[in-house]
Amino acid sequence: MELGRPNLDEFAATLLELARDNPDILVLTSDSRGSGKLQPFAEQLPDQLIEVGIAEQNLVGIAAGLAAAGKIVFGVSPACFLTARALEQIKNDVGYSDQKVKLVGISAGVSYGALGSTHHSLHDLAALRAINNIDIVVPADNFETREAVRAAVTHPRPLYLRFGKKPMPHLHRPGTPFAIGKAITLAQGSDVTFVAAGEAVAPAVEASELLRAEGVSCGVISMHTVKPLDVETLLNAARRSRALITVEEHSVYGGLGEACASVLLQHGLIRPFCIVGIPDEYTVTGSQMEIFVHYGISGEGLAQRARQLLEVELIQ
Amino acid sequence: MTEQELRLKSVAYRRTILTIIHHAKAGHTGGSLSCIDILNVLYNHVMNVSPENFSDPNRDRYIQSKGHAVEALYTVLADRGFFPAEALYTLSRYQSHFVGHPTRKVPGIEQNTGALGHGLSVAVGLALAAKKDKRPYRVFTLLGDGELTEGSNWEASMSAAHYRLDNLVAIVDRNGLQISGPTEQVMSLESLTDKFTAFGFAVRTCDGNDIGDLLRVFEALPFAPGKPNLILARTVKGKGVSFIENALNWHHKVPSDDELARALAELDEAERLLKVVV
Repeated sequence: MELGRPNLDEFAATLLELARDNPDILVLTSDSRGSGKLQPFAEQLPDQLIEVGIAEQNLVGIAAGLAAAGKIVFGVSPACFLTARALEQIKNDVGYSDQKVKLVGISAGVSYGALGSTHHSLHDLAALRAINNIDIVVPADNFETREAVRAAVTHPRPLYLRFGKKPMPHLHRPGTPFAIGKAITLAQGSDVTFVAAGEAVAPAVEASELLRAEGVSCGVISMHTVKPLDVETLLNAARRSRALITVEEHSVYGGLGEACASVLLQHGLIRPFCIVGIPDEYTVTGSQMEIFVHYGISGEGLAQRARQLLEVELIQ
Repeated sequence: MTEQELRLKSVAYRRTILTIIHHAKAGHTGGSLSCIDILNVLYNHVMNVSPENFSDPNRDRYIQSKGHAVEALYTVLADRGFFPAEALYTLSRYQSHFVGHPTRKVPGIEQNTGALGHGLSVAVGLALAAKKDKRPYRVFTLLGDGELTEGSNWEASMSAAHYRLDNLVAIVDRNGLQISGPTEQVMSLESLTDKFTAFGFAVRTCDGNDIGDLLRVFEALPFAPGKPNLILARTVKGKGVSFIENALNWHHKVPSDDELARALAELDEAERLLKVVV
């Protein structure tokens, strides 16, 4: 897979491009312009970047006020702080008040690696899924990032976008359609399908290649929109496949995996099923990649999970 | 509207607040009565906002951070014609839009509030947008004194001063009581003048239950070029009804039939005295 740039860089470049032609686009930062790769934005469009200092609650409140006045507001802050410190503002000032703010959680999941659990956001999907009136998009590669940022500008509801900072491989063929709420099927498979989101899609693709070489028919879905979930694509994959594995850079509680499990069970589709993510513990110290490998979010780790799951299924 | 007419309106508003809380069997009586004179002057004299111009981007904005005093806000909005007064009698009823805290489903309301420490940040955002777009509107926000212990207010205060938002007017309903007791016993707030001044506001104090004093302080806006405005409005919780004034248990106590009758009789007498003065 050809390597692109970090999704965060793609986000910042896309936003700068869009904001040049649209002075109503504003960016709010909480001393996070550097980590958000927004330094060029700050230099080239200084009137469209509003600094609030290290104050996430105030960032979200101000973003709601600006949106109420008709501005197209991207509130950019590390995902760990934005979605925990300012959760009440997200719930009330944005969701409940229906202010169409675009919240951008940067360096999400375990992107900050060895900085430790204070800096990890493994709760954000769970917390925001339980809040009414905010959609959640977790792009996998540069293409999905670019398209998601473009779609965000006119998105009719409050939105949460979540980006990591590691260079991502290009996963999609040119001309792939993108819409918020519509998952992208990278491959179809009759044995096992990986349903993944964000930076966990690339390892799922790697695993699918390993499995295919062993004669396993393996599908991969990029479920970039975690809420609202693309139920139709998920159900179709489950009808096609003997087993399903979800993969996410998030706690195994309350994220993509449990969202999928809930849909499948309520539709009566019982399959051998496995949620791969970060278990309910403070993560092992290491880089993002080391943490991924430790918890089995890697090509080999996921392939092994699939083999185990299929073996169980064969015995039954 | 003359000062005398505004005084009479305040009496009528108090009557409505008590009646709808009695009818709903729920509501925040004390705080609604303490801030009603402020809302009266804002909506009938100071702010450029009406049902006719509510979609005009240049209208003045009002954000009620102390969302629990919603009965005061609903009362004034009904009187200003944002919705028929009968709707007030659906307060807190099954499937009513008239929830116990403000929501945008009620005509005239700009932002859903009720969790404390939220209004000032939203007001900063609205004021900042006016500056960016060079629009003439002003943003008014009413804060409770009890909610000033929420740290988010001070984050918002810093940003209001940093962005020189002299189109922002924060009003503190300084009634001195919160649900557990006097604010200074729960958590010392004073000196609020010094605190807000240090955070970069131009601060004025007034009697927040005196129509004349409120008119004078709003007339003096903006207080200083390039500075956000803060009005420390000294009020009496439960103002206007002798047995509700400064009584801690009336934070969200609902008047009984007898209490309502006694309160309305006091208000009738207040109205009669006002008319005698004329």
